[in-house]
Amino acid sequence: MTNSGAGEMFFWGVLKRDLLLSFRRKSDLVNPLIFFLMVASLFPLGVSPEPTFLAEVAPGVIWVAALLATLLSLDGLFRSDFEDGTLEQTLLSPQPLFLVVLAKVFAHWMMTGLALTLLSPLLAVMLFLPVEGMWGLMASLLLGTPTLSLIGAIGAALTVGLRKGGVLISLLVLPLYIPVLIFGTGAAQAAITGLPIAGFLALLGAILVLGLVLAPFAIAAALRISASS
Amino acid sequence: MAVEPLRVDNLFCERDERVLFEGLGFSVSAGDVVRIEGQNGSGKTTLLRMLTGLSNHYEGDIYWGEQLLAECAEEYRQNLLYFGHQAGVKALLTPLENLHWYASMQPHIHVEKLEWALEQVGLRGFEDVPCHTLSAGQNRRVSLARLYLSTAPVWILDEPFTAIDKQGVATLELLIADHAAKGGMVILTTHHELAMAGTLRKVNLDQLACRGRAV
Repeated sequence: MTNSGAGEMFFWGVLKRDLLLSFRRKSDLVNPLIFFLMVASLFPLGVSPEPTFLAEVAPGVIWVAALLATLLSLDGLFRSDFEDGTLEQTLLSPQPLFLVVLAKVFAHWMMTGLALTLLSPLLAVMLFLPVEGMWGLMASLLLGTPTLSLIGAIGAALTVGLRKGGVLISLLVLPLYIPVLIFGTGAAQAAITGLPIAGFLALLGAILVLGLVLAPFAIAAALRISASS
Repeated sequence: MAVEPLRVDNLFCERDERVLFEGLGFSVSAGDVVRIEGQNGSGKTTLLRMLTGLSNHYEGDIYWGEQLLAECAEEYRQNLLYFGHQAGVKALLTPLENLHWYASMQPHIHVEKLEWALEQVGLRGFEDVPCHTLSAGQNRRVSLARLYLSTAPVWILDEPFTAIDKQGVATLELLIADHAAKGGMVILTTHHELAMAGTLRKVNLDQLACRGRAV
């Protein structure tokens, strides 16, 4: 077996395991989605059911809800592995840790970011988002949510050794989420008004590439620090 | 299975302003079975985690062969099997799925051998049952199946006999003795009386803590 072949196999091995775990523990899968749906359905009740008003704020509301739903799911990313000792085994594996971490983050994104993106048209309709804005919203979520998972995983890795890391994750991670939020809603707003969105998407893509290249190393290092205490 | 010796030199560790051990020095070579002894809280698990490279909260040096452990960590991990305080078994997965995951992380393990290994630890017929329905001992056995799969020469086992029945302990002891005889090395902690007392070397952490210097 060649080296790259083995690397590929273990990437899928880790991914498959994490997806399997999510499906067995349904609450992990459903919680962020329910939260996402709840925010969007309560918002009109709390503020104003006026379609023109809602259409205006829809991209922002959907993006903020997606961001918070991701944040909500982060604490569990490494926590259960840490508690049952599988994280130790992961750290002691001869495989490159940044690849293991990338596989885990990818699985996390599929369960949150991707699911949220697929659910977003429903919310967009509920909030009277004009049809022209739909693609901009979905494209921006598709490019933006992986970055949220990558950055969030750094926070989760840093706080996994702490008893109550939940609040700390938010503090660590939220400032780094802001650019993604700004460009994400920007893309959707631009799409509604018929402006070109390529620039926003390019920026989101650039942030994603940066995250893909750098975040796995930061997450790996953070995990080693958390496990060493 | 020739393996470089592991050497601990003048190790000092402190936990919550309490000195666990200082001036600790010993070496483990191929064929050795070393038992770390000490009371509860004497730092056995802490020491084992240092020897795996997981923890680096210590002063002093740990060498593998001629190199410091931290400098050859990647190569060392290829030669290491660690059985931790927590078994490293996912409760929601079946024993077979757990081992599949482990095998994907350890490139030298043959996937065809997984079911055989489960049979060796007495889990035949439990391959496809979620681990949370198994007993504590059976869960530990899932993790112990790794001993049959691994080709790693260095075994670091933290309380491998906990929750294992008498017969299981006897089998496990044979496995450990066999591993050492083949040129592997084993470092373990346990409160069980071991039958292989003759070949066993001991490192006692209590004496170190009391006298504060090397044995």
